[in-house]
Amino acid sequence: MSDQNHPLPPFALSLSKGLAERSRSHFAPLSGRLRLPSARTVLAGLLFAISTPAFAQSLAITGATLAIGDGSEPIRNGTVVITAGKVTAAGAGIAIPPGTKTIDAAGKWVTPGLVSGFSRVGLVEVPAVNETNDASARSPFSAAIDVAPAINPLANPVAISRTAGITRAVVVPSTGTGIFAGQGAVVDLGADMNPITKPRAFQYVEMGEEGAKDAGGSRPAAILTFKTMLREAQEFAKAPASYDGRSKDALLNRIDAEALVPVVTGAMPLMVHVESGRDILAVLALRQDFPALKLILAGAAEGWMVAPQIAAAKVPVIAGGLDDLPSSFEKLAATQSNVGRMVKAGVAVSMGLMDRDEGLQLRLATQQAGNMVALNKVPGATGLSWGQALRTISSASAEAMGLGDRIGSLKAGRAGDVVLWDGDPLEMTSAPLAVWIDGIAQPLDNRQTKLRDRYATPEEGALPKAYAW
Amino acid sequence: MRKSATPLLIAALLAGVAGPAGAKKDKDAPAATQGSSVEPENPYPSTYKAYPGTATAIRGATIFDGEGGRIDNGVIFLSDGKITAIGGADTPIPADIAVFDGTGKYVTPGVIDIHSHLGNYPSPGVDAHSDGNEATAPVTAHVWAEHSIWPQDAGFSRALANGGVTSLQILPGSANLFGGRSVTLKNVPARTMQGMKFPGAPHGLKMACGENPKRVYGSKGREPSTRMGNMAVNRATWIKARDFQKKRAAGKDQSRDLGMETLADVLEGKILVHNHCYRADEMANVIDMGKEFGYRVTAFHHAVEAYKIADLLRDNGVCSALWGDWYGFKMEAYDGIKENVPLVHRAGACTIVHSDDDNGIQRLNQEAAKALGAGRRMGIDIPDEIAWTWLAINPARAMGISDQTGSLKVGKMADVVLWNGNPFSTYTRPNKVWIDGALLYDSANPKLRPVSDFEVGQIGAGDVK
Repeated sequence: MSDQNHPLPPFALSLSKGLAERSRSHFAPLSGRLRLPSARTVLAGLLFAISTPAFAQSLAITGATLAIGDGSEPIRNGTVVITAGKVTAAGAGIAIPPGTKTIDAAGKWVTPGLVSGFSRVGLVEVPAVNETNDASARSPFSAAIDVAPAINPLANPVAISRTAGITRAVVVPSTGTGIFAGQGAVVDLGADMNPITKPRAFQYVEMGEEGAKDAGGSRPAAILTFKTMLREAQEFAKAPASYDGRSKDALLNRIDAEALVPVVTGAMPLMVHVESGRDILAVLALRQDFPALKLILAGAAEGWMVAPQIAAAKVPVIAGGLDDLPSSFEKLAATQSNVGRMVKAGVAVSMGLMDRDEGLQLRLATQQAGNMVALNKVPGATGLSWGQALRTISSASAEAMGLGDRIGSLKAGRAGDVVLWDGDPLEMTSAPLAVWIDGIAQPLDNRQTKLRDRYATPEEGALPKAYAW
Repeated sequence: MRKSATPLLIAALLAGVAGPAGAKKDKDAPAATQGSSVEPENPYPSTYKAYPGTATAIRGATIFDGEGGRIDNGVIFLSDGKITAIGGADTPIPADIAVFDGTGKYVTPGVIDIHSHLGNYPSPGVDAHSDGNEATAPVTAHVWAEHSIWPQDAGFSRALANGGVTSLQILPGSANLFGGRSVTLKNVPARTMQGMKFPGAPHGLKMACGENPKRVYGSKGREPSTRMGNMAVNRATWIKARDFQKKRAAGKDQSRDLGMETLADVLEGKILVHNHCYRADEMANVIDMGKEFGYRVTAFHHAVEAYKIADLLRDNGVCSALWGDWYGFKMEAYDGIKENVPLVHRAGACTIVHSDDDNGIQRLNQEAAKALGAGRRMGIDIPDEIAWTWLAINPARAMGISDQTGSLKVGKMADVVLWNGNPFSTYTRPNKVWIDGALLYDSANPKLRPVSDFEVGQIGAGDVK
């Protein structure tokens, strides 16, 4: 909040956060990337003097309706304490260390920063403007594609999503050549130049109707392609030097074969987009050939039909949430109760954006979750409790990525990603009052708020609108 | 994983303006002219008849009347398909009728979506169902959206059960400058389009500004490929239309021309113009074009930059049909902001919340809530009952049906939703929906949930969706 009218551009903020992060060595291994060019250190130091609010400091938020994000229900008069960029305590009756800056949040709500379970944020500025859309490519490469270096932390949808309380996101590439899209990442949405929480967090593959199309036109072709490519990766792993990848029979070049090795060994999760019940079962069956596969299902509009099998396989699902139309033949049984029914069956379910504007509208997460709660009052429907609903857009998304111990909840030890809301966060009339990422207060202005302020009255003033900024 | 490009449409005319003359033509009246130019008055007439209802009252609910009025602990009485009484707790109702306890619940007029493609881009969205854009020429004023409507689109029932939608306008897509005629439907399942057609509703004309027409035809190497090309083709078409209309008005014999008939009806105020247009500068051009040729735009649809020219829109009496929070998916949507709806509303211009989407139409109340909250945060404190006009009387006026529906006034169609809480809450859903007094959705009765022909016998048929 303190940066709302900050005179410096986001880049300046980024440098100062970069400095702060250097002092937090525990975060460096998360991305493995050098977070600040040393040549900029002096400049950053200068900027630091101006932009101190960007630094992590100990902070306690008290008196709020507090939701931890782990599925538990919100508690009244809760407190969360953030120290050195991490949550150190959250709950009722928490002792606040002396000297801690305290924010009175009486009448307000506090949640963990929300984690979008499926997005393309940072890969896209304007989806229909090809030059700004890095989600997919017609390329000689597929599985080896790595979105992490291409994430643009200054993309406007990043700031717009941050302003809405989204602090982390799973970023998913889409297919351009064949069924594998490449390696997705988990990012933070902080106002800095270091967005990567976890690069190469998973491999992405299409296996339903889309997979059939990508494989040339049929599901059997997609399955055969998948198995053949994974076997080629196994060949590569056995003898990298002798794997050619250029023969007529090879489907994978060397680079893509290498990228699929951790998928076959289970070292890297494999996110599979699939919607219908029968396709889900076909994907689960792939483990008969490749037992180590660490599967994540994305979509699963008909997951409720095979929920016991998904639960037994211990495979997490990232669902679209509100699908309820037979919008394709693989979604004939789609219902808004899908998420609730899967959760009831013991499936770990999170939610993301599957159908449109995945690069832009991460903020719809609260609407998806709120509607899960609404279903509880619809006879015959299966919804989620409020706490479970929040979990699907916070800790469950983090856990699907294997990051449940780092982000997605306000349990002690998690990143200091916290949102202070002016009301119930799952109501569409509510909005964040403040957002912290790694304990750092984030600016809540963006291009949209600037346009709003410029046109608060449409008429020109003493000078044209172009002078109002 | 993205659906086909958002079909974006066009058009509409006006709120606050009287319904178009000729909206209720007598279908049996003789045509105005004889011979080769005989133009039937109403060749695809509505066959919709209200389903039987029972006299019903709701007591104790909070009522938003759709015109900005609010009654706490109110009473509403429906009989013979009409609203027969509405008022406070002491409103008299007959003793022998069904009475629902509305305590803790809300009553509103049915939601009206001015911009939908249910039926012409139905589910499942396979190529065989792509019937919204006759994208073979930039001027297709001769096509009628109603001839693409597939009544078995499951989207209609979702809009009813989850969204409380009772009337909706189906428009042609936005590939073309002149997309064709729209049609207004009652959201009642039927075997035929005619069985859904809103009796007496005027047709609309869908027009489109901007990127879509110039992209679709520019990519084919033909005009228009620029915004100036868009305007030039528009103007050339209106010149022809005025000639046609003058001859027709003078009773001169001329061959029938379906496109020109539509445009002549626009020039005579019988068909309402619904103009897909995102950018402020383009809307200003279109307003001037209307003045050049003597017609008026009823509503700009998808007007994401309406907030920049809210004064101009107010002064010209043009409605804006808007999303709650869509932005940025294409260049002309880049400047979309959440405060668009409240800013246009505050300027005194007619404001409508629309969907253009088979999911969004299920949650128009929540889209309005987004706008309401964004407005309040910037100090535009619009009461809930005023905001409901965005979903009720304002779209009804812009569709030319406000004398029949769009608010809870005595004598109007009993198109009513009983919500299980405040409809601006995410946690609220329709409890019951009446259309013309017939109870067509009841959340407590699994049999009062329509299942389309497409869904019947399929997995999930009859499930709570």
